[in-house]
Amino acid sequence: MPSYVIPDKCDGCKAQDKTACQYICPNDLMVLNKDAMKAYNCEPEMCWECYNCVKICPNQAIEVRGYADFVPLGATVTPMRSTDSILWTIKFRNGTLKRFKFPIRTTEEGKAVPNGGWTTSNEDLKSPVLFTEPESLGLPAVVTIKN
Amino acid sequence: MANFKTEEVNTDLLIIGGGMAACGAAVEAAHWAKKHNLKVTMVDKAAVDRSGAVAMGLSAINQYVGIKDGNNTVEDYVKYVRSDLMGITREDLVYNIARHVDSSVHLFEQWGLPIWKDADGNYVHEGRWQLMINGESYKVIVAEAAKSAIGAENIYERVFIVGPIMDGDVCVGAVGFSVREEKFYVFKAKAVLVAMGGAVHVFKPRSSGEGLGRAWYPPWNSGSSAYFTLKAGAEMTCQEVRFIPVRFKDAYGPVGAWFLLFKSRATNGEGGNYMIERKGELENWVPYGKVKPVPANLRNWLMMLDVMDGKGPIYMRTEEAINKIASEAGDEKAAKKKLKELESEAWEDFLDMTISQAILWAGTNTAPEEKPSEIAAAEPYFIGSHSGASGAWVSGPKDLAPDEYFWGYPNMATTKGIFCAGDASGASSHKFSSGSHAEGRIAAKGAIDYIVDNPNPINYNQAEIDALKEEILKPLDIYAQFSGGSTDPEVNPNYIKPKMFMFRLQKIMDEYAGGVSSQFKTSKSLLEKGLDLLTYLKEDSNKLAASDLHELMRCWENVHRMWQAEAHVRAILFRDETRWPGYYFRSDKPSMDEKDWKVFVNMKWDPKTDKWDVFSKPIISIVN
Repeated sequence: MPSYVIPDKCDGCKAQDKTACQYICPNDLMVLNKDAMKAYNCEPEMCWECYNCVKICPNQAIEVRGYADFVPLGATVTPMRSTDSILWTIKFRNGTLKRFKFPIRTTEEGKAVPNGGWTTSNEDLKSPVLFTEPESLGLPAVVTIKN
Repeated sequence: MANFKTEEVNTDLLIIGGGMAACGAAVEAAHWAKKHNLKVTMVDKAAVDRSGAVAMGLSAINQYVGIKDGNNTVEDYVKYVRSDLMGITREDLVYNIARHVDSSVHLFEQWGLPIWKDADGNYVHEGRWQLMINGESYKVIVAEAAKSAIGAENIYERVFIVGPIMDGDVCVGAVGFSVREEKFYVFKAKAVLVAMGGAVHVFKPRSSGEGLGRAWYPPWNSGSSAYFTLKAGAEMTCQEVRFIPVRFKDAYGPVGAWFLLFKSRATNGEGGNYMIERKGELENWVPYGKVKPVPANLRNWLMMLDVMDGKGPIYMRTEEAINKIASEAGDEKAAKKKLKELESEAWEDFLDMTISQAILWAGTNTAPEEKPSEIAAAEPYFIGSHSGASGAWVSGPKDLAPDEYFWGYPNMATTKGIFCAGDASGASSHKFSSGSHAEGRIAAKGAIDYIVDNPNPINYNQAEIDALKEEILKPLDIYAQFSGGSTDPEVNPNYIKPKMFMFRLQKIMDEYAGGVSSQFKTSKSLLEKGLDLLTYLKEDSNKLAASDLHELMRCWENVHRMWQAEAHVRAILFRDETRWPGYYFRSDKPSMDEKDWKVFVNMKWDPKTDKWDVFSKPIISIVN
């Protein structure tokens, strides 16, 4: 099933206005079974294993089982994503465990300022100079071909 | 007809797509729109936070020129791209992206993307043009700036755009539907910026079961950009230039860090190195065969020759590369520390962008420092980046483009009102994530300029919009009408479901247009037979059936793929030579013809006559 939902952990995001996995899946694969109040992956053979459903699930109810047509069984790769880093736990088929932690962003969530703090003084819509340039290039001017 | 409410959205600039190019377009457009009191709207079939090709994340930024550091010039980049594409590239477009791309990368860093730095505070390069990043949240960060710039109220998520609205030969909006509720959308706009990505699953993938979804490029890239521009009557270019990446086999993990950063070798089953043993073959592809680095398609080709000779498996010698770097670190303690560091870097490379490859390593008990891993050529993809080049033929910028390549506004298609960026624009390869963002910005500024110059109200023909609505919802009607005719609604003589339709397309392309199972080989006769079979498929596209909104999207995605496929077959058929042997090989025309075929292959589909016109356009160089 590339991504699959553990029934005991999924509560159908009943406390929220929409299901987190359904909201995030880039390929529109996650569906909420409203009778059971459990989500499921409706087209596992179209799953990219991008893990966005796994990362966003508030109940850690979603995991990934590698593509059965070429991955030997028994391995798991499990993320724990926080606001500034991600911790990965990898379990090999032979039981070997590995853990890695990587940063994911250097600014506080929601604090990305579109102009990056650079001056946006250019007024000329016809010029090739983009709104944060030339400052955001670190150059005195946008380069062009010298004729 | 299915009873869908129609929602009409009136705007000035409509950005279609939500990936890197669309997000670049949004930040740039928002700035200029505000100055000129214009409205910008974005529509995405998924959620902008995690849509497009960077949805999973990335472990590197593949285009950074570093002009301010004086390491490279924009001209250097143009020369690199030109050689890699065997001479077929729009230098004005490549130049334009390259002179702005650093600006986008610097913005990403300001927004919060962790870019690796060395002890002196300089970016860590993976290769000459590549930077290493901690990119798990790359797309989230870029989306955050885009959303903040245009405002959440101007973003429509989970709305699938099917095609353009035309006023004569001018594009004036787009139509589509919600995949969450029964609602038909009509976006009326003075200009449209197309950034819906490339096309995956046009060719049969190597995997046949669950692993179908594990394409190298994401499966939600379904040819929507190509369909939109073709249907608007826009001129297209490089439709023959498919891209075949060589990646770790089956899970398609990235190889860039291994080849460039870790300096790994690839060897065949006998331990031979095809880059050395088959060096002589490069003579057949001069002048490009003599260039360093060897063009991507020629590296592919040398490897494919080994595979065709039965010399596989091909291995990335990870164990050799890692241990070599570790042993050079100093004494035993230093070597051990370095090994630990490299191991972490190797795993992050996959975990940031191709988690499946980490699962495959874990499932096969693979520690990269201990044993090598297989690499292979993937199935063909249609993208405007890497060494793909398919897309719309767009205007260059005024200060760079020769007259033949300039018609008013940068990145405007030959159809007025349409601007293209990312995988939607052609002949401007090697733009990757960062260049796509920069190109989105270039196109957006051009589009706002166009809107300011063309402020007049637009005429809409309601009858045409009604007809589009009926056509778009038809698969639901067909299902409602006929599905009761069989006990299993999947098998019914009156219709075809989107999945079988996709499999039929993939089989045609695989067997007649040089897919994996044909060893990427084709010929005039095979292509003509393939076109025959595509004609039946096109007729049957009128019998697509959808049981729900999700399937309705799948129906249209596959129609989009089919149009990309036809454009591809017609372009390969027209180009009477083999130019990129590692992407496809015309068995009946096995060599490169610099004299007659160093040209662009362009084409147009005429909405009035339903006829295709394929023709060549000259290549005009601007960099010596």
